[in-house]
Amino acid sequence: MSAVFEALQQKFGAQIQAMSAQREDEIFLLVGDPDVRALTEYLRKEFEARLVTVFAEDRRSAEGVFFNYYVFERKDDTRYLIVRAPVRVDDPKFPSLSAELPAVNWQEREIQDCFGLKPVGHPNPRRVALHDNWPDVHPLRKDFPLETVLPPFEGERHIYRPALGEGVFQVPVGPVHAGTIEPGHFNFAVAGEPILYLQLRMFYTHKGTEKLFEKLTIDKAVFLAESVSGDSSFSHGTAFCQAIERAAQMDVPLRSLIMRTILLELERIYNHVGDIGAIATDVGFVVANAHASRLKEMLAGLNEQLSGNRLLRSMVCVGGVRRAWDSAQLVSLRGTVDAFASEFQDLIALIDSSESTRDRLEQTGVLRPEKARDLGIVGVAGRASGMDLDTRRDHPYAAYGRYSFRVPVYHVGDVSHRMQVRIDEVNESLGIIRSAAKESLDGDFCAKAPPIPADRCALSAVEGWRGEIIHWIRTGANNHLERCKIKDPSLNNWPALVEAVQGNIIADFPVINKSFNLSYSGTDR
Amino acid sequence: MFKIIQKTIATGIVTRNYPAEPAKISEHFRGRPHFDFEKWTDARPAAEVCPTGAISLRDSDDSRKVTVDYGLCVFCGLCAEASSDKAVRITQEFELATKNRSNLVLTAGYTLNADGTHRQLGTVRRGSENLKADAESVMQKARETIHKLLGRSLAIREVDAGSCNGCEVEIVALNNPIHDIERFGIQFVASPRHADMLLVTGPVTRNMELALLKTYWAMPEPKVVVAVGACGISGGIFGENYASLGGVDKVIPVDVYIPGCPPRPQALLHGILLAVGRLGEKLFRDTR
Repeated sequence: MSAVFEALQQKFGAQIQAMSAQREDEIFLLVGDPDVRALTEYLRKEFEARLVTVFAEDRRSAEGVFFNYYVFERKDDTRYLIVRAPVRVDDPKFPSLSAELPAVNWQEREIQDCFGLKPVGHPNPRRVALHDNWPDVHPLRKDFPLETVLPPFEGERHIYRPALGEGVFQVPVGPVHAGTIEPGHFNFAVAGEPILYLQLRMFYTHKGTEKLFEKLTIDKAVFLAESVSGDSSFSHGTAFCQAIERAAQMDVPLRSLIMRTILLELERIYNHVGDIGAIATDVGFVVANAHASRLKEMLAGLNEQLSGNRLLRSMVCVGGVRRAWDSAQLVSLRGTVDAFASEFQDLIALIDSSESTRDRLEQTGVLRPEKARDLGIVGVAGRASGMDLDTRRDHPYAAYGRYSFRVPVYHVGDVSHRMQVRIDEVNESLGIIRSAAKESLDGDFCAKAPPIPADRCALSAVEGWRGEIIHWIRTGANNHLERCKIKDPSLNNWPALVEAVQGNIIADFPVINKSFNLSYSGTDR
Repeated sequence: MFKIIQKTIATGIVTRNYPAEPAKISEHFRGRPHFDFEKWTDARPAAEVCPTGAISLRDSDDSRKVTVDYGLCVFCGLCAEASSDKAVRITQEFELATKNRSNLVLTAGYTLNADGTHRQLGTVRRGSENLKADAESVMQKARETIHKLLGRSLAIREVDAGSCNGCEVEIVALNNPIHDIERFGIQFVASPRHADMLLVTGPVTRNMELALLKTYWAMPEPKVVVAVGACGISGGIFGENYASLGGVDKVIPVDVYIPGCPPRPQALLHGILLAVGRLGEKLFRDTR
């Protein structure tokens, strides 16, 4: 990345004001009066950099401006490049990248809603995080109190693009769905059975999470991180703790890193096997789901045995993990993993033997690789569509550097391949867990965090089972946070669903949706 | 087809017979934290670390009122770790569902030593003045009759009113072959118009308020509402803020509250069966 920096300085000269590397895998770049669009374009074209996330921070009282942060990464480089660009208080706007990079569409609009900064040139600058009927407030500004009680909403409700034409109908679904799933609104335009286009309305579960991070002490905020997305409690909890540990510049004992790795992989497996069953259900193969959910239950029991909670909650902490495992727990771990592995092979053989299931999954809900690249799709969905990304390999954390594993990548992008990625990953995860469980798990499992000075920033990334989770923090005084930005992979991946359903029949929507299985709460926060 | 049948026979029956038999749970499971109020020498460390304020203190001069609210508890176990006097211990109890919100609240009064530690325990009582106790009300009796009417078979509509999806993971698990809620004649239905029970998770976000109300209105009478998890009961860690209303009963009347973060499937079953009068409430001990 230092080559990148020199090239940037040559190209943009005085605009690149300073560089600081707080940690060797994070490079911080301050930009003067920036042409962020040109900079992003240059980084993408010359260095094949990928824009990971965009977010803002209210630094008016400390530095007199707002800042936008642009996080980049590139292939074969473990470092992140973070570009920080000021946004003036008297002219609160910034150049939008959404026209060239649809991946940041929602993220820029979220900045607009929560900070009141206008993305200039945004192709669809409507509200996203705060629904249309909200009053004109910007909750992540420092002068907006968390406990503000907003009056009953009387503003205009969202207007969807109309479905026009003979025989074209609109099918509104949600926010309350038929199944036991999270709330969101799907607005289909259909011509007969095939879907012409899908409009999404999310953020129904927006509960002020990022703002709330600024109120809680760091130790308590770990529990809030676990509640960003319940099925990814351990991943989000770990991402948060890692960010704090990096800001504190503290060492975390190897034993806890190995334990975290095992638990992160258990979280991946229990969700993947649940999804494999749910995909089978959505094409009518309920027997497979009965077995899959039985296997998921097996892992929930193991989770409880290892962490005291079926969803692995209250286990990770700043400095390591809260509890060590005794020999009985390790026996359970090895035994359950072995029993699961053999049952899992049976399950996959069962699904493979059903031709009607395969028929429904193949060529259904195709997300083409070029679309996946444009939309910045990450995680399982990305890897099924040619995006060779995996934070565990690209930016190693916990104890992943110690184990070898394969990252499955396919280029077909249909439901069948999103399922195949999950199947491959379960097998890889079992390998990681087995290697990790062989290591000698002794020594300290939790280091005591030193007092953390204010104004330390840190970025942390975890490959959750859905994909890349990013937490970015700035510490404040007295063990509090000034800002905590959370990017769940779901935020990247919703547009993929819109793309993948086009031309499919509406009856296939449930299985296509399930093959992505995105977190509404992770998106909405 | 042959493979399917072969696998089914080889697997056998896996359903667990809860509640007729006790639930099989790991010895490491964290259930209700129990407070030995007489032995408790200092509530401050536990209150200090509690992430949701489930343990709160009110000091005045030389006395202290300690409030423990299981409706806010996320069962993290920090209170037990923080209390060096071993007066707080984590139990395996999970059947905490109740028809009366104030049953989840314990209040203990202490006189204090000069250093802020407890000198003597005064009274321990269930309930809180902040929550209206309506156990004896006519409404409650009317509802109990309704619950009995619904008791034989039950259609549930689930609504996520802003949860983190942790509660959804466990609610979905009720349909798996291990917990198999259909053995009670209970099923989840796709429309509120077909439902007798509304099972609600999440702190109720401002963006879900109207959708929750509309779902409730769409249900035919008689109907019961069950609030699931710390968030559904009290807002949990999210509490009340600009985007969160802080619990289901802020919006619609709630018949049964199921604590947990998330409640394990058996705890959900217990709460659902309690709501329709097929199981009784288990009042936990409040001292010692």
